[in-house]
Amino acid sequence: MTNVVIETNALERSFGEVKAVRGVDLAVRAGEIYGFLGPNGAGKSTVVKMLITLLRPTAGTATVLGHDVVDGASAIRLRIGAALQDASLDEKQSGREILRMQGALYGLTRKESDTRIEELSSLIEFDAIDRWIGTYSGGMRRRLDLAASLMHNPDLLFLDEPTTGLDPQSRVQVWNEVRALNSQFGTTIFLTTQYLEEADELADRVGIINDGKIVGEGAPEDLKRAIGADVLQIKVGDHDAAVAALEDVAVVDHVERGPRALLVSVTDGAAAVSSVVIALDSAGVIVEELTLRTPTLDDVFLELTGDRIEVSA
Amino acid sequence: MTSNVSVNTVRSNVRARPSGFLQDLWTVAKRAIRAVPREPEAFLPALFIPAFFFVVNIGALQDLTEGVPSGDAFNYRSFQLPTAIIFAVTGISRATALVTDITTGYFDRLLLSPVRRLPLLLGLMVADFMLVVALCVPVIILGLVVGVSFGTGLLGMVLFVLIGALWGLAFTGFPYAIALKTANPAAVASSFLLFFPFAFLTTSTVPLEFLTPWMRSIARFNPITYVLDGMRSLLSDGWDPSAIGKALLAIAILGAVSQTLAMLALRGRLAQS
Repeated sequence: MTNVVIETNALERSFGEVKAVRGVDLAVRAGEIYGFLGPNGAGKSTVVKMLITLLRPTAGTATVLGHDVVDGASAIRLRIGAALQDASLDEKQSGREILRMQGALYGLTRKESDTRIEELSSLIEFDAIDRWIGTYSGGMRRRLDLAASLMHNPDLLFLDEPTTGLDPQSRVQVWNEVRALNSQFGTTIFLTTQYLEEADELADRVGIINDGKIVGEGAPEDLKRAIGADVLQIKVGDHDAAVAALEDVAVVDHVERGPRALLVSVTDGAAAVSSVVIALDSAGVIVEELTLRTPTLDDVFLELTGDRIEVSA
Repeated sequence: MTSNVSVNTVRSNVRARPSGFLQDLWTVAKRAIRAVPREPEAFLPALFIPAFFFVVNIGALQDLTEGVPSGDAFNYRSFQLPTAIIFAVTGISRATALVTDITTGYFDRLLLSPVRRLPLLLGLMVADFMLVVALCVPVIILGLVVGVSFGTGLLGMVLFVLIGALWGLAFTGFPYAIALKTANPAAVASSFLLFFPFAFLTTSTVPLEFLTPWMRSIARFNPITYVLDGMRSLLSDGWDPSAIGKALLAIAILGAVSQTLAMLALRGRLAQS
């Protein structure tokens, strides 16, 4: 039987009149990386804050590692780690001071803390560990924040947009650590992200949240397969003429105007290419570039919500 | 995917466990104490202001006051030293740093750890207490340099510092209450306004007898009047248990009010979550 470590039932949170989370049901299994995907303001961080006991639900229930988030908050705090959206670190403390303090907050001795600092070496730049955090780059801060959240070897790790604003190299470092934590130590990871690529790369299962509600859930490949379509990305000079030309083509399911190209959903991409090109050519539309690709999570999000995720820095 | 990261494959079995109240308190306090010398802008004015008023008040009022109310024994420099101490320690706190913690999210990081909630505030006050004791030292040295002496000796000097530091600690409840309630650095800075009625509607510049009747009435309700009296007694009167007792009682009453406000504000902030 699969061990569920996070379970929510009709979880809600309101801020005054605004309902930020509207009846979220989740079941995250032990040992998985669960990606919580959605645009800014979808309610991801609010859900996380309820699960890590920083915010009380206004309705519904949530249990983490078997404890209720309201009644069992103390027990939950001992066993979870969390790196929140903005790497929240005291700028006038050194990296070592922050990590040792973090260890002490979780009851670790100085020796245990120093052992953990050594063990988390992949996230820590030792030549900077005795410098004030104020001198760290964004990537260094984010990795130190992650190291701080791991000081006490948590069973369950919450990462709230862990790579937002990071350069590609730092992003890959964080991804590798997340994968290693999960694969080598069995740490369950609940990861929120607005980056589709991140969810695709890391998550065993993805929950898609929009406007405070879960609109889809499953393994990334299953979600993409569920759309049942390939996508033709076609660069043309005259979008209006192209859309009109494709309206009556039988193999075309849906046409969307992207920022630089038309996105044409078709059931069988390889078979549909010739029909689409012929239709465009007949209408006098010049095809500058055509790419056939499988659907992305962005396409899944579009299918489920009617919108694309707008990523903010 | 390529990577230059080597992830450790062996890890210790270190596990989180609840720590005691005192360990939580010391963990929070250590960070706050470390931060004090790193933010000299937070305490340097507290050294300048008392020294300035000490010198200026003596220059302006020494000749007017000495010998008039209490005969030849009255020494205005001794009279002014407790005022300088009160000016040095009133309003000194880590409240602005607490606001920074709240606004940057570091306070959330502390809250999601198993640390007890009360030490999050009391730990800052431990650092405040150590700072106000440290601030008393140069002010006393200044007093000794200009000829102030302690009629109660070294022990009296220690009690003198302790009363000043306890007053400073009692007062910190106000800025902490504002910090926790508003999380606004400007609001915390404006808490300095509370300092004025406490510090000036009292015997900070001249003895009670010199005050106009209306101000004398107000001064009698101002706890600083009794704190100053108690501290002054250690300089000039020898051991006066009544004056010292009233000073400690005044500190206790003000501390009870301000710290209650701070605790309520802490509870309110935790309840927001």
